[in-house]
Amino acid sequence: MKKRKINWNYFLIAPALLISVSIILLPGVMTFAYSFTDWNGLSPNINFIGLKNFIELFQDKIFFKAIQNNIIWTLLFLTIPVCIGMLAAMLLLSRKKTRSIYQVAFLIPYVLAPSVNAMLWLNVVFSPVSGVISVFRNMGIDISSPLADMKTAIYGCAAVDIWHYWSYLTVIYLAALRQVPTDQVEAARLDGCNGWQLFRYIYLPNIMSTVSLMFVMITIGSFLAFDYIKLMTGGGPAHATEVLGTYAYSFAFDSMKVGKAAAVGLFISFFGLIASTIYTRLSKNEEMQ
Amino acid sequence: MGVTSKKKQFGINFIIHLVLIVLVIICLAPIALVVINSFKTNTEIVSNPLSWPFVLHLENYIQAWKTGNFSVGFINSVKLTGCTVLIVLVTASLAGYVLSGKRIKGSGVILMYFMMAMTVPIQLFLFPLYYAYAKLNLIGNILATSFILAALYMPLSVFLMRTFFLNVPKELEESARIDGAGTWQVIWHIMRPVVSPGLITVAILIGLQSWNEYLISSTFLQGAKNFTATLGFLAMNGSYGSDMGVMMAAASTLIGPIIVFFLCTQRYFVDGMVSGAVKG
Repeated sequence: MKKRKINWNYFLIAPALLISVSIILLPGVMTFAYSFTDWNGLSPNINFIGLKNFIELFQDKIFFKAIQNNIIWTLLFLTIPVCIGMLAAMLLLSRKKTRSIYQVAFLIPYVLAPSVNAMLWLNVVFSPVSGVISVFRNMGIDISSPLADMKTAIYGCAAVDIWHYWSYLTVIYLAALRQVPTDQVEAARLDGCNGWQLFRYIYLPNIMSTVSLMFVMITIGSFLAFDYIKLMTGGGPAHATEVLGTYAYSFAFDSMKVGKAAAVGLFISFFGLIASTIYTRLSKNEEMQ
Repeated sequence: MGVTSKKKQFGINFIIHLVLIVLVIICLAPIALVVINSFKTNTEIVSNPLSWPFVLHLENYIQAWKTGNFSVGFINSVKLTGCTVLIVLVTASLAGYVLSGKRIKGSGVILMYFMMAMTVPIQLFLFPLYYAYAKLNLIGNILATSFILAALYMPLSVFLMRTFFLNVPKELEESARIDGAGTWQVIWHIMRPVVSPGLITVAILIGLQSWNEYLISSTFLQGAKNFTATLGFLAMNGSYGSDMGVMMAAASTLIGPIIVFFLCTQRYFVDGMVSGAVKG
C-alpha cells in the first residue's frame, strides 16, 4: 500500500488566496449586502431597506452628473493619450539610439506620486498667485484657473491625469510595435507605402490585440478615476467634477451613509465587470494564439 | 542616393526630434519649475514664478523637512513599501509557481478569480474593510495597511511571476525531481535563482506603486505619526500652503528620490510594465 502524498502546492497558493479573499472578495460581498441597508458605519442596528438606496440614487442629480463626468473622462482618455501615445511610439520606433533616453524622460511624470503631481500642477500651473496662470495675469491677459470654473474644472483635472498617464501607453505601444515582423514592413516599403499607409496597413493590424486590450484597460480605469479629482478639486466646485469614485467616498466618510456608498460602489463595479469580462475574453484569446 | 533625398531624410529626422523634444518639455517643464521655485522666497515666486533664482534659498529645504515631518514620513513610507513588497514577493511568487502548470485542481478557476480581482474597483471593498479595520483598531497600523496594498497588487504580481515561471525550462524541474528533490527544494534551489530577475521586476514595480499610493494610505493611515512622506506633504498643503518656496522644496524632496530610483531601475520597470500588458 502506498501512502497518499500530500500535495504541497495547495499550501503554497494558500497565502496569496487568503489575503486576496479576505481583503477583496469578502468585503466585496459585504458591500453587496450593505447596499440594501441604511448602515451608517457605526451603529449596531442595520436595517434592510430593499432598493431604497438605488431608487434615491436614480433621483439624484449629482449621481447623474457623476456618471456624465465618468463618461467624459472615458472619452477624453480613449482619444487624447491614445493618439499622443501612439504618435510618440511610432516616432520612437525609428529612433534606435535615442529611444530609451526619450522613453525615460516621458515616464518621469508617470512614476511620480499622484499627490505630488496634483500639488505640483495646482501650485505651479493653475494657481492664480504662484502659477503660470499668474504670469499671464501679470501680463494683463485675463485668464483664471480652469479648476475654478464649473464648466472647465473636469477638463483641468483630466489634463493633469493625462499628462501623467500618456507615456505609459507609449511604452506599451512601442513594445508591441517592436514585435511587428520586419519583413512585412520592408515589403510594404518596397511597394512604396508612405508613413501613414505603413502605420495603417502594417503596424496597426499587427498590434491590434494590444491596442484593444489597452482600450478596455482605459475604460475600466476611467470608471475608477479618483486620485487626481479628489486631490485637485475634491469633486467641487459645487459637485462639478464629481465622479462615481469621489461620490461614493464622500457618502462613506463625509455624510456617513455607508449603505449608499456601497450602492454607488456596486454601480462602479457593474461597469467594471462588463469591461473586465471583455478584458478576460481578450487576454484569453491572446494567450491561445 | 541623391542630395535631395538626403536633405529630405535630414528634414524628416529634424521634425521627428522636434516633436519628441516638445513632448519631453511638456513632461518635464512643470517638474523643472518646481525645482527652480524651491530655491526662491515666497515673494519672488509670487512676483514671477518663471524667474531664475539668483540667490539659492536652501533654508526652504530645512523648513520643508521640519513642517512636512519628513523624518517620520520617510521612515513610515519605507515601512509601508517594505512590508508590502515583502508580502507580495513571498505570496505571489509561490502562487505564481503553483499556477504555472497544472499542479493543482481548479487552477483555472483561481486564474479567472485573479483576473477579475485585477479590475475590481477599490470602492467595491473599501467601505466594509474600513469599518472592519476600525473595529479591530487597525486604523493607522502600517503593517495592516500594507496587507491591503498587497491584496491590491496581488493579481498583477501573480500573473507576472507566473509568466516568469512558465519561461523556466521544464527539464530543470524534472531532473531535480528525479534526483529526489521535494517541492521546497525545487522552489528554493532550482527555481529561485532562475526567476530572480522576475522577483526584482515585481519588487520594483510594486515598490514604486505602494510608495505612490494615495487612496488606501490616506484612508487607513490616519494620525500624523502614521503619515507617509506623501501624506505629510499633503497635510502641509492644508496648513502651510502660504509659503510657496517651502511647498516647492517639500515637493522637490519627494520628487528627487523617486527620479533617482527610477533612473537606476528603469530597465526592470519598463520590462515589468510591458510584460503585464504585451504578450509574446
